[in-house]
Amino acid sequence: MPHIALPDELPGISSAFAFRPETAKPLRELAHVLLHEPNSLSGGERELIATYVSSLNECYFCQTSHGAAAACHLGNTETVKQVYIDFEAAAISEKLKRLLVIAGQVQSGGKNVTRSAVEAAREQGATDMEIHDTVLIAAAFCMYNRYVDGLATTQPTDESMYTQMGVHLAREGYRTSSIRQTSSVVPSAEAS
Amino acid sequence: MPHIQLPEGLQGIRAAMAFRPETAKPLNDLVEVLLHAPNSLTPGERELIATYVSSRNDCYFCQTVHGAIAAAHLNGDEDLVRCVKTDFLHADISDKLKALLVIAGKVQQGGKLVTTADVEAARTVGATDMEIHDTVLIAAAFCMYNRYVDGLDTWQPHDEELYRQRGKKTAREGYVTMSKEYLPEQKHTTQGV
Repeated sequence: MPHIALPDELPGISSAFAFRPETAKPLRELAHVLLHEPNSLSGGERELIATYVSSLNECYFCQTSHGAAAACHLGNTETVKQVYIDFEAAAISEKLKRLLVIAGQVQSGGKNVTRSAVEAAREQGATDMEIHDTVLIAAAFCMYNRYVDGLATTQPTDESMYTQMGVHLAREGYRTSSIRQTSSVVPSAEAS
Repeated sequence: MPHIQLPEGLQGIRAAMAFRPETAKPLNDLVEVLLHAPNSLTPGERELIATYVSSRNDCYFCQTVHGAIAAAHLNGDEDLVRCVKTDFLHADISDKLKALLVIAGKVQQGGKLVTTADVEAARTVGATDMEIHDTVLIAAAFCMYNRYVDGLDTWQPHDEELYRQRGKKTAREGYVTMSKEYLPEQKHTTQGV
């Protein structure tokens, strides 16, 4: 049960967004810019970074929903599973592997990012903007993950719900709710 | 030296925000709502939560600038800010804020560490669901801001007077207004916000 009275029809971060629309708006906008807007890193690559950090933080809701978004972008679920288990052996670019190293360092603490990790990413073609966005995606998921788990939000284990969310996130982005509503509980502030 | 080529002459998060104004906007909008907009927790209380989490994450820039903003809200009481960072249970703050700082400290380590007992303890001394929510989100958000500032190895000069002056101004004007000092002027309105 959640620590506070969140709308119980909604899972994970959606329930927290409905509880506090004023903070939901910038939180959605930040995710939208980082993960969905045009970028030299593909949507799939950025969702893999978000998924990887969420898995290190052991946040079930975030790693499953962003894993589903990554799978939708990439057209397969196998790569997502490989990134969870051992990204060095996954079928992803060398550049993304080096960016995932940086993301993992950010997850354990900002000061842990090393100059050699940044240089290694640059050698594989990473730009300053891509390194910036990797650091901020990793930092932002250290926030989203703590928000979702810190309130003990309801996190269903229904795979099909996450698959459907992933399709919405991959196609539409983050400005609108990814939860398919079956009743009349759509929070009005969400569609701003 | 920062890990990437950030605009020179800007300290801490300002350099990162000037580098990427598209993400700066929601980052400033979020902190404005959490720390500056009207709330049943005072701005001083909310800045103390931000300062405490930043100090636990060992982020010099964030703990110093938010400590200065907190002090500005609290009649310049820098000793109180120091006491909250080092031993908040003995600080001259309300029992409610102490209970909320316990929750913030758990969130800083990891979201799953917040217990029902921690939340009940805060409720017993008068914390509302909204105040508990905002405490969790402030703590979570500073786990982001701190990592952003240190993860890019931004320039963080050790100049207490600079932070003291900026703290007073930010306490007065808020984060969105202050961001005009270092963000390029918006040439067009951002879609959807």
